[in-house]
Amino acid sequence: MQSKHWMSALALGASLIAGAAQAQTTVRIAWYSDGNEGEVVSDLLKRFEAQNKDIKVVLDQVPYKAITENLPVQLASGQGPDIARVVDLGGIARYALDLRPYLKDAAYWDTNFGPFLPWMRPAGDDKAITGFMTQLTVTGPLVNKTLFEQAGIAMPGAKASWDDWAKAAKAVATKVQAPFPVAMDRSGHRFFGLAVSEGAQVFDAKGEPAVIDDGFKRAAQRVFDWHKDGVMAKELWGSVSGAAYRGANDEFKNAQVVMYVSGSWQIAQFDKTVGNAFDWVAAPSPCGAVACTGMPGGAGLVAIKATKSPEAVAKVMEYLASEPVLSEFYARSLFVPGHLGIAAKGLDYKDASAQAKAALKVFSDQVANLSPVAYKLQGYVNNRIIFNAAISRVGQAISGETTLDEAYKRIASDVEQQIAERNKK
Amino acid sequence: MASAEPAAPRGAARLFAAPLSLLMRLVDWPMSALQRLIGERRMAYVFLLPNIAFFGLFVFLPLIINVVFSVTGGTELFPSQRPFVGGEQYAYLFDCGSFLDPNSCREDHFWRGVANTARFTVFQVTAMVLFSLVTAVVLNMRIRARGFFRAVYFFPVLLSPVVVALTWKWILQRDGLLNAGITSLGGERILFLVDPSWAMFWIVFVSVWAHMGFYTLILLAGLQAIPADLYEAAEMDATPRWRVFWRITLPLLWPNMIVVIVLALIKGVQTFDEVFVLTGGGPGTATLMVVHYIYETAFSNQVQNFGLAAAASVVLGVVLFALTLAQLAAGSRKGAA
Repeated sequence: MQSKHWMSALALGASLIAGAAQAQTTVRIAWYSDGNEGEVVSDLLKRFEAQNKDIKVVLDQVPYKAITENLPVQLASGQGPDIARVVDLGGIARYALDLRPYLKDAAYWDTNFGPFLPWMRPAGDDKAITGFMTQLTVTGPLVNKTLFEQAGIAMPGAKASWDDWAKAAKAVATKVQAPFPVAMDRSGHRFFGLAVSEGAQVFDAKGEPAVIDDGFKRAAQRVFDWHKDGVMAKELWGSVSGAAYRGANDEFKNAQVVMYVSGSWQIAQFDKTVGNAFDWVAAPSPCGAVACTGMPGGAGLVAIKATKSPEAVAKVMEYLASEPVLSEFYARSLFVPGHLGIAAKGLDYKDASAQAKAALKVFSDQVANLSPVAYKLQGYVNNRIIFNAAISRVGQAISGETTLDEAYKRIASDVEQQIAERNKK
Repeated sequence: MASAEPAAPRGAARLFAAPLSLLMRLVDWPMSALQRLIGERRMAYVFLLPNIAFFGLFVFLPLIINVVFSVTGGTELFPSQRPFVGGEQYAYLFDCGSFLDPNSCREDHFWRGVANTARFTVFQVTAMVLFSLVTAVVLNMRIRARGFFRAVYFFPVLLSPVVVALTWKWILQRDGLLNAGITSLGGERILFLVDPSWAMFWIVFVSVWAHMGFYTLILLAGLQAIPADLYEAAEMDATPRWRVFWRITLPLLWPNMIVVIVLALIKGVQTFDEVFVLTGGGPGTATLMVVHYIYETAFSNQVQNFGLAAAASVVLGVVLFALTLAQLAAGSRKGAA
């Protein structure tokens, strides 16, 4: 008799567990990391799961390339994660879920993420809330201060021009025998920081792409000449083909680069990897003929339309976007906040070293100096078509395959052809 | 006098004998019934059917889908959502002033890929055949530690192409092993993977290094099939070694050589992974191959132009089909011989 009771209790227990398991909704997040943000978000999500037993969050940490190349194909086939951390905000926008009907407080999102929401909206939609910026990035230079000190050369000041920096970096590199005076990521974002500062307008009066103008040509010529003069080494821009991204992280942390034009997302990584090996600082965006600006950008966490559990997705997004959680995320990952409220209050990056804190301040201060053209380009749905065409063709000119004039013609035709292809219905 | 009775199975074979016999008995009845129904000759097709279905699903169906994609445009993934554009993608690919000058082509990257692939294939196949032949001939001689050397030459074939490329990248980069050697001898660093001519040389070199063992094996098998008495007769006649090679070895090895050449040609045209990792198609587009172009057009660019990539794949497929026909023709001649 007693054994029968045991059996019943076991059966009841098992059915309860099974029931609970069945009631649990799984939300998958595809996440790439530049630094330690994967670990941070993983911690935060554990807390979310503890508070929300009905939702299981699976964090798939994937390489950057998987986000830029595999995810769009997955999404186009109607598959993919429920949430993804993406950089091609405009390209992914058409697969994004409008969270507005599922959010408890949509006004919170409008207030705190307002200027960035259009970056993630599908074309023609001016209301949707599809995600938030996991960080706001600003492109700009990171400088090896120790190399300047060893060379006994003064670092250019706040309003220094690109020429001033190139001259100083070359002098330092010659003196200390560093192979990379200036290194710039092989990336459209980095190039257009320079181009906009040189006066590139990118769009015509109707808002259509008109990439090649005097400002663009000045920037392209500068990058071309820097390669000829040895200010930039060919290993980055001249070593791969097409739209391939190539960074100089390894070279910078090995103290081979005097000035590295990259951006704010590198801070956490260099704080950890460089450590005490040498002193590095972030410098304000160098000035071109027209402005002293970098490019804004960042990675957005976007809800995906194909999800089967929009309510659960909204709950996860609300949790991650909430002020205390997001503050902790930004503070621990050393990111410039993409949340206006947090940015206004200021963040205490208490785990950061003094040099990382100083670099974060420099980049945060740059946000106010960003050119409207740079914002417009960042918000343009086809911006990566422009970025890719520019680096691919300028790269060819640098490696001696074509002339810059030929590259300009090809950039214009590449952009036109790819936008036409995208618009074919 | 040998017994007609089959030998009783031993060891492991005995373990499987009973279940196999049971399986055969289970299959026997339906097969016999089917054979009675459709006749003995048609049974052959029944056995071919499963494989045909498998190939159909995983080879021929994707091939057909690819051709369908090549006549559509836009960026949607499902064919039903893609607009029909006819031969537009092909017209775009073939819009050239001169096919010998990629700069005159609207889609210059495709033609740069074609030119690079052709150049790479010519150099790589020539080097591959030459080195494989020499290596096979040497490894066929009675030299000490012959087995060891055969294993050493075959070893790279077992490695993943990505491992091969990463290893060589480590050797060839600015601060790589080779430059460390050069600078320690007082020389200047050479940017092997940044200079276009060096980059092409090294991708050919690495490719030959990685795949030579496979072709050496084919040629070695051919060399071992040459009857030894021919060499003995030549030796008795005091024929010079070069003449023996020219008049006996090479003609009898020729069918294997044809197989090696055609296989190397097909593989050369399909080259992608090693070059992708080693040079990323650069510097500029100096080592951009056709397959890399297709990959980039379909997946890397923001506008994933599946239609154009599919059209380029069809063009590549036609070239590979022609090479395969050449291999079949060579194979049939070998069979006839």
